[in-house]
Amino acid sequence: MRDKFWILGGLLLFVGVATLPTWRDWETHANTRPPALVLPAHAKQCVAPLDFMRGSHMQLLLDWRQSAVRENNPTYVAYDGKTYPKSLTKTCLSCHDKREFCDRCHDYVGARTPYCWNCHVDPALGKGAAR
Amino acid sequence: MKITRKEFLKLSGAGLVLVFGGRELAALDRAAGATFPGGAKPRPRKQWAMIVDTAKCAKEPGCTRCIEACDAAHNIPAIPDKAHEIQWIWNEPADVVFDESDVQYLDAARRDEQIPVLCNHCDQPPCVRVCPTGATWKREEDGIVMMDWHRCIGCRYCMAACPYGARSFNWVDPRAYLANPNPDFPTRTLGVVEKCTFCSERVVAGKLPACVEACPEKALLFGDVNDPHSEVREVLSESYVLRRKPELGTGPNIYYRI
Amino acid sequence: MFLFEKALEGSRRYQLWVAGLVAFIGVAFVVYLHQLRYGLGITGMSRNVSWGLYIGQFTFLVGIAASAVMVVIPYYLHNRREFGRMTILGESLAVAAVTMCLAFILIDMGSPTRALNVILYPQFHSIMFWDMVSLSGYLFLNAIITVNALHAEQQNLPLAGWLSPVIRLSIPWAISIHTVTAFLYCGLPGRMFWRTAVLAPRFLASAFAAGPALLILLCLLARKLTGYDVGKKAIDGLAVVVTYAMLANVFLLMMELFTAFYSHVPELTEHLKLMYLGQGGPTLLGVFGQVSLLLMFAALAPLLVPRLRRSERWLTIACAAVFTSLWMDKGVCLVVCGFSPSPLGAVTSYVPTLPEVTITLGVWAAGALMITVFYKIAIAVNAEEGAEHSPTYEPGGARGPVGSAAHASQAGVLSSPGQFPASGDGTSGRDRR
Repeated sequence: MRDKFWILGGLLLFVGVATLPTWRDWETHANTRPPALVLPAHAKQCVAPLDFMRGSHMQLLLDWRQSAVRENNPTYVAYDGKTYPKSLTKTCLSCHDKREFCDRCHDYVGARTPYCWNCHVDPALGKGAAR
Repeated sequence: MKITRKEFLKLSGAGLVLVFGGRELAALDRAAGATFPGGAKPRPRKQWAMIVDTAKCAKEPGCTRCIEACDAAHNIPAIPDKAHEIQWIWNEPADVVFDESDVQYLDAARRDEQIPVLCNHCDQPPCVRVCPTGATWKREEDGIVMMDWHRCIGCRYCMAACPYGARSFNWVDPRAYLANPNPDFPTRTLGVVEKCTFCSERVVAGKLPACVEACPEKALLFGDVNDPHSEVREVLSESYVLRRKPELGTGPNIYYRI
Repeated sequence: MFLFEKALEGSRRYQLWVAGLVAFIGVAFVVYLHQLRYGLGITGMSRNVSWGLYIGQFTFLVGIAASAVMVVIPYYLHNRREFGRMTILGESLAVAAVTMCLAFILIDMGSPTRALNVILYPQFHSIMFWDMVSLSGYLFLNAIITVNALHAEQQNLPLAGWLSPVIRLSIPWAISIHTVTAFLYCGLPGRMFWRTAVLAPRFLASAFAAGPALLILLCLLARKLTGYDVGKKAIDGLAVVVTYAMLANVFLLMMELFTAFYSHVPELTEHLKLMYLGQGGPTLLGVFGQVSLLLMFAALAPLLVPRLRRSERWLTIACAAVFTSLWMDKGVCLVVCGFSPSPLGAVTSYVPTLPEVTITLGVWAAGALMITVFYKIAIAVNAEEGAEHSPTYEPGGARGPVGSAAHASQAGVLSSPGQFPASGDGTSGRDRR
């Protein structure tokens, strides 16, 4: 066991590095509670049930993207028979606010904001809202 | 294990036939399709086309209403550097548009006449043939040469392939050159190629393309060239028209009435 | 692992050279990160000249990679043993060149993070797809061949039998990579400068001149620096290849010039005029074209005189001229000239920017590093084998049959290390006929 120092030291270093985010949050007193999302005031129902949206909104968006852009099929028929344009800006953002809704949750779970917004325009910006 | 040189040559020949002769030729054939009349590939059910009436267009010298309408509808950035410019529909002088047109003795005023040019939504689009990802393709249902900006890898092979200079690449971030982007249409991101989509987003909603709608002289006529009773066909049946570089076999769908 | 440990030790000069290369690659990588963030607007490319230095280097290097067959064919197919030492160097040059090609393709992409779309959504009608298939296949083949040949040499064993078909496959494959690269260009309807049926043959001719010229220079350099001698016979043999290939290249160029200027079709002549005459005064492109043409003939003069070709000094000069000329022709002018004038008649000047040149040099530095490491390993393995078995090489330095037969008989086969064993029934390639 003459390598004890190196083995134990290395293990400690590994544990330290692996848990670094926790220490950092502890040190900066980061708020670890999930964000209280502001739900739209004027709409009661999303294009799909809450559970589905929470877990699979990205898949829904990818499906929309595929069928609207590549299959020339721009209208989504929801589970309750309602129809919506397959559009991030025209449908999702007509109820949700990007910064209050999308960004806060993505920031919290550390899923870096996807590059949708490199192209798709947040309508709130056009209305002169502060960036 | 050893084989003679002669056997080797035979084998490598067979290998070449296998590699090239099989899938590649079949694929090339499918891609090239019916370049000649009577070929096997059926034309799309519908083929959107446009007729540019150059005489009507010339009535408003210096007019750029079609271009402005398109730029606003599609978030086309105003990049001052010519090298990085994005263009969907833009003006070029007649001798540039039609390479065979002879303007040397034309009045100076007429020589500077500008003619709008845009993607030709070709019957046999070379850009589609070369695209390695299917980011650009010809729609079966209406013949529009579409773009999927999510798919494009920015290799710019399509720009080399297009004989009309109709494709632009985002050399720099276009957002920096857009004062007030229109939220109804996406901007583009750095490093993808773009071009006119014949206003597919308007056409699917039953509207005319933005440029057609904006023209004060009604110089742009949009319609289905496969429909023998369409207005487009009516005009084509009674007037002389030119297409850009028809000798290349691309089958452009923008017609210029002279 | 892959004999890599041999590259980790070396003289002080070796260490300094490797450190210098790594440092430069690091600098170039930082510049590339900047390009990634800012966009390809950082380069000299534009709307009209939408490919530039990067794709030019890619095209040129595909040729360098393909030219490995010029040593593989005589060694493996014609049993010309004098090419033995050179072959491993040629194959590893191919590995380095293909890797550089792939790097240049990625660097030229506007959205490299999406590069896998080429595989996720394969488009069989796109030549770019087939180029990817042929290049990665060639890299794979050559990597297998090189590693196994080195191992065989290290253990002083003949090559494994299964490697024979792999090597034979690599020969037509090499021809295919450059043919497909030419197809990238000559299949485009609106680009008259490229749309010529002799493009693929000319690509091959120029590749088989430039690649072997580079290999000769590298072999001479290796001898000077390490004393590793590939042998006069191999160098002379390859010099003949360079001569014939360069002649074929110049011949095909003359065909292009005749067709364009005698037919007097502006679509054909205007590109060539821009390339060799400039536009109303000297342009960068014009200068490159002229110097390239001049060097082509300057290189042919000593190559065509056997006495001069066999003189190492003249051969070095000729090979340097061949390489420079064809690099200018294919690595720069070919791409730029195809875009100007544009299909709309616009002549746009293209001058690579400093970041663009830095990134390009960075990839070349990475290539130089690969070559250094590969050659170090190959030469170390060779020296080791020599020390263990007290070699009796031919005076020329090539792996001679005398020495190899001596220890081959220990291993129970009648063949030299690195060559295929004669099969049990005595039907070797030569005996069978």
